[in-house]
Amino acid sequence: MSRHHVTATVNGEPAEFLCDSQNSLLDALRNELRLTGTKEGCGSGDCGACSVIVDGRLVCSCLMLAVEAEGKTIQTIEGLADGDRLHPLQRKFLEHAALQCGFCTPGFLVAAKALLDHNPDPTETEARFWLAGNLCRCTGYDKIIRAVMDAAAEMRQEAAA
Amino acid sequence: MNFVVNKSDLKVVGSRPVRPDGVDKVTGRAQFGADMALPGMLIGRIKRSPHPHARIVSIDTSKALALPGVKAVVTAADFPDIASEEAFVGEGPMNFRDLSRNCMARDKVLYEGHAVAAVAAISDAAAEAALDAIAVEYEVLPHVIDAEAAMAADAPLLHADLFTAGMEPKPTAPSNVAKRVHFGLGDIAAGFAAAEVVVEGRYTTQAVHQAYIEPHACIASANADGQSVIYGSSQGHFMVRAYVAKLLGMDMSNIRVVPLEIGGGFGGKTVVYLEPLALQLSRKTGRPVKMVMTREEVFRATGPTSGGTVEVKIGAKKDGTITAAQARLVFQAGAYGGSPVGAAAMCAFACYDVANVDVEGFDVVSNRPKVAAYRAPGAPIAAFAVEGAMDDLARKLDMDPIALREKNGAKAGTKAAYGPTFPDIGFLQVLAAAKAHPHYSAPLGPNQGRGVAVGFWFNIGGESSASVFVNEDGTVNVVSGSPDIGGSRASMAMMAAEVLGVPVESVRPIVADTAAIGFTGVTGGSRVTYATGMATVQAAEKVVEQLKQRAALIWDISPDAVDWKDGEAVPAGANAGGFDPLPLAAIALKAAKTGGPITAEVSINAQGAGPGFGAHICDVEVDPETGYTTILRYTAVQDVGRAIHPSYVEGQIQGGAVQGIGWALNEEYVYDGKGMLQNPGFLDYRVPVASDLPMIEPVLVEVPNKRHPFGVRGVGEVPIVPPMGAVGNAIRAAIGQRMHDLPMSPPRIRAALSK
Ligand code: FES
Ligand code: FES
Repeated sequence: MSRHHVTATVNGEPAEFLCDSQNSLLDALRNELRLTGTKEGCGSGDCGACSVIVDGRLVCSCLMLAVEAEGKTIQTIEGLADGDRLHPLQRKFLEHAALQCGFCTPGFLVAAKALLDHNPDPTETEARFWLAGNLCRCTGYDKIIRAVMDAAAEMRQEAAA
Repeated sequence: MNFVVNKSDLKVVGSRPVRPDGVDKVTGRAQFGADMALPGMLIGRIKRSPHPHARIVSIDTSKALALPGVKAVVTAADFPDIASEEAFVGEGPMNFRDLSRNCMARDKVLYEGHAVAAVAAISDAAAEAALDAIAVEYEVLPHVIDAEAAMAADAPLLHADLFTAGMEPKPTAPSNVAKRVHFGLGDIAAGFAAAEVVVEGRYTTQAVHQAYIEPHACIASANADGQSVIYGSSQGHFMVRAYVAKLLGMDMSNIRVVPLEIGGGFGGKTVVYLEPLALQLSRKTGRPVKMVMTREEVFRATGPTSGGTVEVKIGAKKDGTITAAQARLVFQAGAYGGSPVGAAAMCAFACYDVANVDVEGFDVVSNRPKVAAYRAPGAPIAAFAVEGAMDDLARKLDMDPIALREKNGAKAGTKAAYGPTFPDIGFLQVLAAAKAHPHYSAPLGPNQGRGVAVGFWFNIGGESSASVFVNEDGTVNVVSGSPDIGGSRASMAMMAAEVLGVPVESVRPIVADTAAIGFTGVTGGSRVTYATGMATVQAAEKVVEQLKQRAALIWDISPDAVDWKDGEAVPAGANAGGFDPLPLAAIALKAAKTGGPITAEVSINAQGAGPGFGAHICDVEVDPETGYTTILRYTAVQDVGRAIHPSYVEGQIQGGAVQGIGWALNEEYVYDGKGMLQNPGFLDYRVPVASDLPMIEPVLVEVPNKRHPFGVRGVGEVPIVPPMGAVGNAIRAAIGQRMHDLPMSPPRIRAALSK
């Protein structure tokens, strides 16, 4: 069985990889492109650890076939920071101690970025419902929600300035 | 050196710096168990039992081995047959034979999902095909899932050689009861005779999983000369080494275990499942073997913690003084003995000063996965029952629930029913803080209720090693053997920085592998900040002594005439001479000329971990139509001794409380009549999500533990003890009925309301 050749844009750079028909985008990112920041917590769309942004939409990469990535623009956790300048969400996660083990963190950051891309001024309830697809077993979500709200406020301020 | 410094003297301890491993974790660079790859690596997978109880008649691996890309298959025949031997390596008692057979079934499978064979192949697909090609012939046996059913005389027997421990006289017939524990204080009959009010109840809880988001994962690589390396995530790489060495009959010096980042454990990663199989496959193939569990495998074959039945009875005087407290606990152990019923029995009444106590517990095996430690193992199950009964008692006496607990609260000098006399503890301070909190007196609306519950956990110390290295430029590295699950690198760096008097950013901590640091026990029992912290503090103190000696050499005065202040050597007094202070960096620069590298390693067996207490206040609203419970407000008060990094202490409290809320409201292992687990995934095993919850307000009470240099008490486990009681008591207040069975799910509440 021959493998598929897929070309996509990943974190702003051209990327290509080979995959089998049954491989998920998550498999391709982790095993072919070695972008292991995107995590697998369930493989069934229930934990959000594998969150990536595909053509502006938040998706569980474990639920998307790798071949479907052809021609798509994909953002992963590895592309969130601008070089050595952390994204405000990343900074706020650190300042608020919004991670304990850190395993859910890439998924939360990517999902939160997608939230703020769509809605720069979410209410706490909106943030909680948007992030309800991301499981964290360590933090009880309190500090994660605070970090997201604080990052949103800072980004709004910067945008206004 | 043992001292408790004034909080106002502390510069680093109590502050909230960014954790040193933080950037790696927000950029996706941190390497967790499944993130590594080695050249030539094979993929390992496990063949699992489709039956809850069956005899293995035969296993034919020939077809699998003939498939392209399949390099090896192992079954129990490829592992030493380990004799029964009790050990204490992880976070509780462990029998090596049971552990070995839990990793790979021998003769019988004891639960659906029990491993019967493992394969190594060149790809996932090849490994998958090999699993299908392994032919296992079973003789299916009758099974038993429920622990109380398993205690019946005619129940299917899991182990023909299991005789209940702790019985006098010794039983003559085997049974599914692995152990009975029993202890007490005073005269229970006299205690109840003296009571003017008695409350009692029978409570049940379901098996729940630790549900860390990272599935178990490792890579093992064996060399032809026997030297092996295991990379993986666990709560203790020395634990992995000890278990793998035992199960494979290898020398410890030939096994190096390198800790990768761990994506949560909560006790569930204090044992091994994959590592012995991966290493055996690697030894057979001569290639590295990577094994990663699926989520379904995690649910079916690891963890969970026990479901339990707790009968509780409490007697009191009209003024609220408890005269007698009694409990009987039956805990599921899973396929092999070893539930936390002993710890649960000890914790049951530990919050209270009661003269007459009687507690009996049973550890019962059934055809479920073997339980593993889960955050304050056992204590939450006992607390759900005891705190429910205490709430009933407060109602019967028409007494404020916190006042009732204050009246009977344990304090310094209280003799706990399980043995010790408490040292300085902060339970009464915790209750006072809860009572004074505005939450406690806030108004409630219709269908709303407020509940209060308290909880206790021992906390432990134990064996830990740490080194402190002063680098040539005056920066510092701290090395320890404790896997960092929730920010412990930060607290190690902070404690070392505090002792050395240097900025925390100049101290970089790492977690070293089993060959690079002395033995260190698991990250569990809320011990790391306490015990590994103590080793770190002592190593830093030794470094300070050396720095003073080096300064004395440079100044040519006696080391006694040198003081260490704010990261500098200074003359101890006017008589010592008029030298300018020598900062750490200046001394480090001259290290070669004053005796060589400045380093210290300390290994200790820390004693005196201070017991921890918490009190939680929970407000709920119950929808009378759907039975759905919304958590409106939640406050968790806890004596933390002293918070090294308050944000991560708060995080432990918030996370523990939310796990307890999940246990109370949603989570449970569901079995069908055939002994099959029905919900091995996050869709049907529902852990709390962000939209289920309000903010969780932690309140840190600091009653320093005098046995730790900075007053630390363990904090990670206490917060999961009170929530089920707090939620249950809040629901009781909201709907006017006591829910005795977990989870308090909408169907259960609806049923109660329609009665
Ligand atoms: S791994 Fe994709 S949602 Fe869990
Ligand atoms: S920080 Fe561990 S799962 Fe979220």
